[in-house]
Amino acid sequence: MLTGIPAAIFYILAGIILGSAVMVVSLKNIFHCALFLVLCFFGIAGVYILLSAEFLAAVQVLIYVGAITILMIFAIMLTAKLYSAKIKQSNEQVIPGIIIVAALLIATIFTLSRTAWKVSNEVAEVQSIVGIGKLLLTKYVLPFEVVSVVLLTALIGAIIIARKE
Amino acid sequence: MVGLTHYLVLSTILFCIGIFGVLTRRNAIGILMSIELMFNAVNINFVAFSKFVTPTDFVGQIFAIFVITIAAAEATVGLAIVLLIYRNFKGINVDNINIMKW
Repeated sequence: MLTGIPAAIFYILAGIILGSAVMVVSLKNIFHCALFLVLCFFGIAGVYILLSAEFLAAVQVLIYVGAITILMIFAIMLTAKLYSAKIKQSNEQVIPGIIIVAALLIATIFTLSRTAWKVSNEVAEVQSIVGIGKLLLTKYVLPFEVVSVVLLTALIGAIIIARKE
Repeated sequence: MVGLTHYLVLSTILFCIGIFGVLTRRNAIGILMSIELMFNAVNINFVAFSKFVTPTDFVGQIFAIFVITIAAAEATVGLAIVLLIYRNFKGINVDNINIMKW
């Protein structure tokens, strides 16, 4: 029965992720949406652990749960009184949106279920964090530096955009 | 047994939920949240392919780290723009913000 446990964990995590994602796009109170977003990000961190990407799970909790969602809650609080349940949160495109999304979903799942993926049965000989650290400082050192410059530029740009004239 | 297709279907459904949110939300912060959902769906894809197709190198996880970094940059700039819009328009519903339409 040990082989069934990862599958059960996967289905539980998938249920948490998809359920809270539906809540994020459908609830009227935008503050509750942010809280369900936190739950969704925790579920995705669990999926990373299932995929033996422990470092990414830690990064997910630190950056998404710890930083981005808190930033969103700050923005919700600063744009005061707009998060009450009385304000209509979705526009009149709900029915066309459902049709478009359902068509996209069916097409994509149809395609990927008919594709023969080249699944490899090898096992990584080092832990993921060791491999990521080596790759980031050897082969991918230029993208690593460029992305840090991008992040710095975005921070300075956010400060300049949001400051008072 | 949970295989690659399970993770791909999960990320596809999550991506479609994100698209639905972008299409139907009126609140700009809600749209930003839906975009974050889509980024996370893409990250699940990257990590699943890294685990199942190329298990011995970690290129998929490297790209997931880059996606997370760009998502952080996008969230900071997006929320700064949202605050600026709130200051100028006294609201962040995107159907009221149409000064670039004619």
